[in-house]
Order: sequence, then C-alpha cells, then structure tokens
Amino acid sequence: MATTLAKAADGTETPVAHAARIEHVSKSFPGPAGQQLVLDDISLDVAPGEFVTLLGASGCGKSTLLNLVAGLDRPSAGSITTDGRPALMFQEHALFPWLTAGKNVELALKLRGIAKTERRERAEELLELVRLKGAYGKRVHELSGGMRQRVAMARALAQDSRLLLMDEPFAALDAITRDVLHDELTRIWRETGLSVLFVTHNVREAVRLAQRVVLLSSRPGRIARQWTVGIPQPRRIEDSEVAELSREITEELRGEIRRHGQH
Amino acid sequence: MASTDTSVDAPGKDGSDLAGLEAGLDALETVESGRTPLRTTLVQKVLPPVTAVALVLVIWQALVSFGIVDDATKLPAPADVWGEVRTAWLQGTLLDYIWTSVSRGLLGFLLALAIGTPLGLLVARVRFVRAAIGPILSGLQSLPSVAWVPPAVIWLGLNNSMMYAVILLGAVPSIANGLVSGVDQVPPLYLRAGRTLGATGLKGTWHIVMPAALPGYLAGLKQGWAFSWRSLMAAEIIASSPDLGVGLGQLLENGRNTSSMSMVFLAILLILVVGIAIDLLIFSPLERRVLRGRGLLVKG
Repeated sequence: MATTLAKAADGTETPVAHAARIEHVSKSFPGPAGQQLVLDDISLDVAPGEFVTLLGASGCGKSTLLNLVAGLDRPSAGSITTDGRPALMFQEHALFPWLTAGKNVELALKLRGIAKTERRERAEELLELVRLKGAYGKRVHELSGGMRQRVAMARALAQDSRLLLMDEPFAALDAITRDVLHDELTRIWRETGLSVLFVTHNVREAVRLAQRVVLLSSRPGRIARQWTVGIPQPRRIEDSEVAELSREITEELRGEIRRHGQH
Repeated sequence: MASTDTSVDAPGKDGSDLAGLEAGLDALETVESGRTPLRTTLVQKVLPPVTAVALVLVIWQALVSFGIVDDATKLPAPADVWGEVRTAWLQGTLLDYIWTSVSRGLLGFLLALAIGTPLGLLVARVRFVRAAIGPILSGLQSLPSVAWVPPAVIWLGLNNSMMYAVILLGAVPSIANGLVSGVDQVPPLYLRAGRTLGATGLKGTWHIVMPAALPGYLAGLKQGWAFSWRSLMAAEIIASSPDLGVGLGQLLENGRNTSSMSMVFLAILLILVVGIAIDLLIFSPLERRVLRGRGLLVKG
C-alpha cells in the first residue's frame, strides 16, 4: 500500500493527503415528525496515520457518521472519500461463531483475494500481532471478551485498509481488560501506522488514545470543538495530564448536554 | 499530582509488561470446557427413555396378563408381536420391508433437499418471490400430506413416482421454510460485519448468510425428514399394489386386511423405530455438532 491515490470525479487519480475526508456531510432519517436531522454539516479530515476520536453524548450521531464513512449507509448531503475501503470494528466482536478464531481472520483475507497457501501464515502472523498466538483453532465462544475483541482487531487488520473505524469497541469490556486493550491498540497503531477513527462516549478513553479529540453536539450532531492532544504516548488513563484535559472536555460536554434541557 | 509516574512507561519495558499482563488476563478468563464422562451421559440421557419404554411394556403386558383386555384381535400380547418380528426376520422379509420404505424415504428426502434448499434461499432473499409464494409455502405445511395421495395417484398412477411426488409435496415446504426462518434469524450484525469485509451479493450469501442460517436450516431438515416419512407412510398405506413391493405402510395395510393385530403392531412399531433411528443417527448428531461448535449447546 505504498501509493495513496483516490479517484477524482473526472476519473484522474490524484495523490491524497488524508485517510478520510468528510465534507459538509448531513444525514437525516425519516422520523415521526417528518425528516429528522441527525448529522448537520460535518466536515472532518483524518490524516494518514492519525488517531482521531469522535466523542459525544447519546444522540449525537457518532455511530451514524462512522457507518457513513464505512460505506454501510449514504449521506443525505455532502461527500465522503476514503483511501480504499475502511475496516470497521463494532462494540460487539461480530466474529462469526461458525468459524474458529483463525478462520475468521482468514475469511477477511479470502474475501480480499489472498491465495489459499498464504492465508494460514498471514492469519497466524496477525493473531501473533494481537498476541493470541495459540488461539488459531479456538472457537469464538471459548475466548474471553478481551480475546474476542483482539481477534476482531486481527480480522480488521487482515483487510489491510489504511483506515480503521472503531465503534465503541471496548465499551462492553470490564475496566481492567479495557485498560489493557487501550495499551494494545496504541501499540498496534504505532507499529502499523494506520489511521484510526474511534467513536466513544468515554472522555478519558478519548483522551487516553487520541492525537485529536473531536466533540460532537447532539441532535443534530455538529462538530462542537476539537482538541489536539499533545501528551506523549504511551499514556495511562490515570495520568494527571489525561485527567486534566478530560476535565476540560467533560465540562464542555456537560455544557452541550445542558443546552438540551433548556427548551 | 506529580506527573513523574509516566516515565515508568518506557516503550521497551511497556511492551514486555503488556504481553505478560495480557497472557495473565487470558488465562484468568478462559474457561476450559471438558466432555461429560460416559457414566453421567448414561445416567442422564440413556436411563430415562429406557425406563419409559420398559414402563410401557410392563403396562402392556399387565393389560394382557390380567385379562383387562383379553381380545387378541384388539391387543396382542408383547410376546405375539415379538413372535411376528422373529418370523419376519427368519423369513428374511423384515429387512426387506424396512429397506423398501427407508430407501424410498431417503431418496425422496434427498430430492426434497435439492428442491427445497434453492427454493428457500430464493424466498428468503428475493423480496418479490417472498411476497408471491412465502405465505403459500408456510400454509402448505399445515396441509396433511395424505391429501396429496389421491391427486398423485390420478396424475402418476400406482408407482414409485407417485410416492416420491407425495414425499416432495410434504417435505419441500418444511425444508424451504426452515431455511427461510434460519435466514430471517441471522443477526444483522453478521451481515454488516460481512459487508465491511467485502462479502456482498453471492459471496455474502455463501460465506455469511448460509453458515449463519445453518441451525434453522438443520431444524427444517429434521422436520422435513419427519414430513417425508409421514407422507411416504400415508402413500404406502393408501396406494398398495403388488408391483410396488411391500414397504412398512403396505405391511400395516396387509395386517389390517388379514385381521392380524400383531402384524399391525409390528408395522407401527417399525415405522416409529425407523423414524426415530434416522433422526437419532443422522439429524441429532449433525445438529449437536453445529450447535456445540458455536457454543449454543446448553449443558443440561
């Protein structure tokens, strides 16, 4: 994946300086009172290798935005360009229970057209990357929640996308496991040079992981404010700098939420 | 609030620490599930049905022995039925009866499988087809397959094709419906995950929808077999002809014609035993395997 090229409207290929470009995107769904606007004029670029978290309370449309970037849904207005098809991780592991951990990873390789002879080796490598070397033949139900999310990460990495979309992937895990997976994700992000767009409602998680935190307001979702996080990695969720910035962002988030109670 | 503790996280140390931490977490959270010992299986799974059968035999024998029912043309003694089994076995006809019906039943079932599977897939995946024939297909399930025997005889005559036609009309809707409900119950998350991996269209059907729908499909197959077997018996009882060979249905009808209640009992017993045996030997293990592989089998 040496070249980062995107097809422009006129068919010529031009080099791009972003992993994802979201331009004036709006999305509305049919609701009980006519069309309900969920996302309103969102513009956001994710640079190659950048780690961005999208933060917001419920109803801010952050998952909707992620679905749009993943190409699972189309925006009502505006445009989204990505460098190739992004990989997507869900809150639930979404591993296929009829396949072993290794075969789940291999399916992603197979659908990319990787030759059968290469798949096994590649899958083992990816499982090793998420430190699940011995888990190849394990069934999904035999794995713990944290292990499942790591297999899901290996499967997402098997897509060899330049952009990894994550939809609250650690929200259902216990605090200890989540903390470990934060370290793991940071390590993998730094090793692979992927761009990550990570959705969460957990302020500390957002600050712990990201280079840039984007706060969305709710109903409709708009970009309220952005922060560049300069704290060097590896960070810890209990670091005082993380806590400090989290406090600031939380105040802002609370302000956004309070506005909804005033009318 | 000293921020010096961040220096502990030097990259090299952090890496090996994290690996150990993860290994520890994985070990703590993994539950090894072993197989149940043979003795427990025997006591929990084999003993209860054996007891139930034994109880039925005891009551049956008691009804005859104590003269509560003392008309052998109504209720033959267990020993008489057993004698019928022995005679048929010694004459070499017992296995012929069974094979005649089982070979018809299985061949008919395989045909139903070959037709019901693509049909079910079509109904499940193509909206127009579903709207057009979905309701008819599920309605057909409540039509007793014996109702198909008279038209099948008129269309095809008294021959094997008529038997197969009746089996198909009985089993195809079950198999197709099983697949449809299997597909309907596929969690949308799998479809979304499949789409992000690039499994769309036929690839999605093959790699995601079909395997995800397998448990429902298997349940449909199980029911399809039961319907095949029932339809075949109805056809055999009603449409007996000398050139069709004696299957279990004809055996039952012959027993009625010669007023041999022990032969009737033998036939009913064999029909029941074969139906259960096929289910126990083919479908149940298949279903258990699939469910166990997915961690869906609850240990009782």
